[in-house]
Amino acid sequence: MLDWNWQFTWEILPRLIVATGNTLLAAGLGYGIAVVIGLVFALAQRTPFSVVTIVVREAVEFIRSTPLVLQIFFVFYVGPQFGIRLSPWTAGMIAIGLHYAAYLSEVYRGGIESVPKGQWEAATSLNLSTARTYFRVVIPQALPPSLAGMGNYLVGIFKDTPMLSVIGVAELMHTANAIGSETYRFLEPYTLVGVIFLLISLPTAAGIRLFEGWVRRKLGMVS
Amino acid sequence: MSYLEFLGQYGDRILSGTLVTIVLTVLAAVLAVAIAVAAGLMRLSRNALIRGVATVYIEIFRGTSLLVQLYWIFFVLPLFGITLEKFTAGFVAVGMNLGAYGAELVRGAILSVPKGQWEAALALNMSPAKRMYRVILPQAVLIMLPPWGNLLIELLKGTALVSLIAVADLMFQVKQINGTTFLSAQSFGTALIIYYVLARFLLTPFMRWLERFMQRKLGRA
Repeated sequence: MLDWNWQFTWEILPRLIVATGNTLLAAGLGYGIAVVIGLVFALAQRTPFSVVTIVVREAVEFIRSTPLVLQIFFVFYVGPQFGIRLSPWTAGMIAIGLHYAAYLSEVYRGGIESVPKGQWEAATSLNLSTARTYFRVVIPQALPPSLAGMGNYLVGIFKDTPMLSVIGVAELMHTANAIGSETYRFLEPYTLVGVIFLLISLPTAAGIRLFEGWVRRKLGMVS
Repeated sequence: MSYLEFLGQYGDRILSGTLVTIVLTVLAAVLAVAIAVAAGLMRLSRNALIRGVATVYIEIFRGTSLLVQLYWIFFVLPLFGITLEKFTAGFVAVGMNLGAYGAELVRGAILSVPKGQWEAALALNMSPAKRMYRVILPQAVLIMLPPWGNLLIELLKGTALVSLIAVADLMFQVKQINGTTFLSAQSFGTALIIYYVLARFLLTPFMRWLERFMQRKLGRA
């Protein structure tokens, strides 16, 4: 096969593996932000204040229908215009975290809506406070049906981290670009990046499916 | 510089970028639909080899990033003797990526056509090809149209990445404008709004219309 250079491959592999660590860190941090903010987005759409509901609903729609790479640029470059300087990591985490928060809020919304009405009524009749109703009754039941969607977006956020390279976050794609421009060899770095992504995302996706089945069995929800 | 002045000065560049984005989206969508139908049907083949080829394709394109695939097609494929012009490389990458996601939708929709329809076609002595084209696929299309609406929005968003290989789409134009004027809120903000309008007021109503059209065609309006 053309001129694949194994020696060059072994030379750049350590750099790529270090960068893989950054990629995983970025995906993990971004996902952590998304999981929390997503819940806020989902709950904000259920408040009795219709203004809040409409504003959050439209914001979620807006974030979901515009490109992540554009949002990353927006967050990174608009701050300095108003005197707020964000590091690439901070800007990247805000952008990717908010983007996936919008997606996850839809997953949560579906999960919450799948909780039977009787559960709400039972919580009301037991005089549980709103917070207690959510955290002790509704959310625990809304979680299992949300797990599949949450897992998909965990893999999704991981695959979207290369976009952070555009503002200079030193993750996998950024490192491969750097190697490419230093050595004028693109075959090995880009192919290795693809292989590393496959090696991580395929087992993760399979693992998530197993975990989901395990949770369902654990909760006696086998279908 | 007021926002109106900004639009007056850079409006035509933003407009030409928007047109490129629309053309890219249409071309990538056509490619994605063709690949999705082909790979989706291949996944249902009884031949293990055909099934395997489709599975490998789908897993590779769904398992890696669109950006990685784009760079690979643009920078590495020429080493194999296949040089694509950047515009072509752009929509081919986006189309192949979203086609892999679409293949799973096609497969799922075909499998969810009620079993009685397959049996009825068999009872009428239809050939497998005729059964697929005249009975199963039209009904499957109706089932898969709503998720395709979401996928096409993903596709539109995906085309923004081709700006990174210097295709002069909307994203590329506003990046250039930002580079010369440093008016980031105006340039990137305008692009965000245009993408939103394209997705929400062009793509979504079109898909709704297509759904109603298909429903009427199948007599289910």
